[in-house]
Amino acid sequence: MDTPDDNAAWPYPVTYGDEVEVEADVLILGGGASGCSAALAAARAGARVVVLDKGATRYSGAAGSGFDHWMDCPSNPASTVDPEHYTRMPIDDYKGGYGNYISTYITARDSYDVLLELEQLGMQIRDVNDEFVGAPFRDEQTKLLYAYDYTTRNCLRVWGTGLKPALFNALRRNRVQVLERTMATALLTENGTVGSRVIGCTAVNVRTGAFLVCKAKAVVMCMATPERLWIFSSELTGLVGRDGPPTNAGNGHAMAFRAGAEFARMESSTHEEWGGATGIGTVMFGSGSNFASWYPCSIVDANGKEVPWLGKGGQPLETVAERTNPRPEDGFFHLVLGPEEGQAPSIPQLIPDLQERIEQGEYTLPLYANLPGMPAADRRAIFGLMIGQEGHTWTVYRQLTQAGFDPDKDQLQVYERGNAPLGWRRLRYGAMTHDWTLKTTLDGLWAAGQQVFDGIGVAQACSTGRWAGTHAAEFASDIAHAPIVRSQVDAEKARVYGPVMRDDGVSWKELSGGIAKVMQEYCGDRKNETLMRIGLRYLEELKEAEATTLCARNPHELMRAIEALDILTCCEMIMHASLARQASCSWLFFERLDFPDDDPAAWHKWVTIRLEGDRVVAGDLALDYAGDLERNYARHNRTSVEA
Amino acid sequence: MDQSSPPGLQGLADRKATRGPNLVTPNQPIVFDEEACTGCNLCIEACPIDVLVPQASPGAVPLVLYPDECWYCGCCEMRCPEYDAGAIRINFPLMQRARWKRRATGEHFRLGMKNPPPPNTRPPV
Repeated sequence: MDTPDDNAAWPYPVTYGDEVEVEADVLILGGGASGCSAALAAARAGARVVVLDKGATRYSGAAGSGFDHWMDCPSNPASTVDPEHYTRMPIDDYKGGYGNYISTYITARDSYDVLLELEQLGMQIRDVNDEFVGAPFRDEQTKLLYAYDYTTRNCLRVWGTGLKPALFNALRRNRVQVLERTMATALLTENGTVGSRVIGCTAVNVRTGAFLVCKAKAVVMCMATPERLWIFSSELTGLVGRDGPPTNAGNGHAMAFRAGAEFARMESSTHEEWGGATGIGTVMFGSGSNFASWYPCSIVDANGKEVPWLGKGGQPLETVAERTNPRPEDGFFHLVLGPEEGQAPSIPQLIPDLQERIEQGEYTLPLYANLPGMPAADRRAIFGLMIGQEGHTWTVYRQLTQAGFDPDKDQLQVYERGNAPLGWRRLRYGAMTHDWTLKTTLDGLWAAGQQVFDGIGVAQACSTGRWAGTHAAEFASDIAHAPIVRSQVDAEKARVYGPVMRDDGVSWKELSGGIAKVMQEYCGDRKNETLMRIGLRYLEELKEAEATTLCARNPHELMRAIEALDILTCCEMIMHASLARQASCSWLFFERLDFPDDDPAAWHKWVTIRLEGDRVVAGDLALDYAGDLERNYARHNRTSVEA
Repeated sequence: MDQSSPPGLQGLADRKATRGPNLVTPNQPIVFDEEACTGCNLCIEACPIDVLVPQASPGAVPLVLYPDECWYCGCCEMRCPEYDAGAIRINFPLMQRARWKRRATGEHFRLGMKNPPPPNTRPPV
């Protein structure tokens, strides 16, 4: 193994502090699926577009290495579900109303058009090689393949490794200026004041250390939700969070909060339990499972005994076909995660008392994904299409098959949390509040992808990106640039370069660990006011003490150091939001020991936080503020065919 | 006492000890084959995390400077024009390698085992 020479020169020219200026009508922050979709929509609407991406845009973002499900697509021609029902059922029945009606409905209406656009750009969405002719999940006429629910057909199986390269090439053809390895650090505001119109941003190049000031008429925030807040250890298996890449450090959340944007749902943030950093996780999708990419794979115990599945109504399901075809009284299957740990109550799942029955000796560990026992088409769809196209699995497919794994013969072992019941840790998403155009509470600032609270999935990322990018371009076409305030830029420069001015001090890793410990101790699964007040005090101390000695030896370490500072801000946001909601709420996975009543009527609403000057202000918002979905969609739709 | 070396330990007394470096992670997430790699550096530009950096000498294999930050997404492999020739391989950590069982025979296998079964050559869909 090559071992880096500690004193060798940095491989890129270093130009700390050198300032470059760029100008955009629409500035896109983040180059993942939502950012690229927003950029493309804005460019097609005639705007001059700049994208800032701290990674490499061809592959950056949570879907950078691929994805396999195009969810939330009742607008496709084979679906039998009305988009409004598709939007309301999961939120009303399984989220207690704590969901995002606006972004879900926009996605439900638009995502098929968006998918067809991606096909035009070169991403494969159909079984063109006729590998699955006659399969129960294939539409023979369109050659589209469906997942989860082969009857009502709202989720498609697609060739997602082609998504980002297709979008990246389209940006280049549409003359979008993509600045890679360029990390946005702060939003610039009119007159330099908190809460004013957003007029641009600052950024730093993570290879050269050069500074960038970007002037923009409109900004679309497309960065990811923060991760590694509660658990941090880079030494074990990399900076692996459960859901997203290690670049997910909440940069967008932190800078938008500092600029005065309003956030909702932040109190619902929960810790990552399975990241490689815990030492428990396995390579994503690289072990046997019955969930997500692996749905509806049969699971057997060490003696080959099948673990039974239960339907949506709790009835036993005898066949694989029953796992993919709802009864009329079931409505439709939908991959929505309910309030119970590890459960997705709107699709069939394994018996919920599997753990107890293992303890009683009914099933013998270890468990295996019984691919050879699956119908041939489902087996090939799981291991061959899904495992092959999902993020990380291009490698997983090749590694396993090169090592002799054969899905026709072999059962892949299940490792999820040391053989606990299969399923997912609830996902956690708090983000900016927004109106029907996806504009945030700050003028000039739109949100897309994971910046839209409760946002999840590639279809939602691309659909909200297209929607926000279009509206941002419309706004930009009718407004002039505002002058950048020099003192705001200088203050940010002083903040950003602090870590490279020190020869020694605290490393970003040690600071990250220290932050995680405060979150574990004072903002864990069970909270109370006393705990969180002490926690906020210790976060403040970290900011005043260790954070001011943070040290970076090169532009790459500087990126990680700024990430650690942004994570610190995100932790403060979560504590403030958690203090503001003075009630427990199991729908939000939120437990206040000092307010044990679950979701009392007075608190059945969004609790919001924002910065006013240097003070955090709490507010609220009705859960159903979206109003009439169909009417509001029609009023604000600028993109789809009906517009 | 006769201190002749057991088999395989010839030269043991001359082995040198060094200080390190003490590596930041036990894992080697990306392994290059110096023969097959052309040093085109496309993998460096593909990595969203900037785990890799170029070497000073042109044509040399990239340096895995930040192995502790790799999340095994495989974009470097996907971009490699010499993947089939074995130029680059993601190397899953030993603590995270899949295991499986052949249904008919009950044999156990794992990724990285000493005597693996023959490769399954069926390509993905």
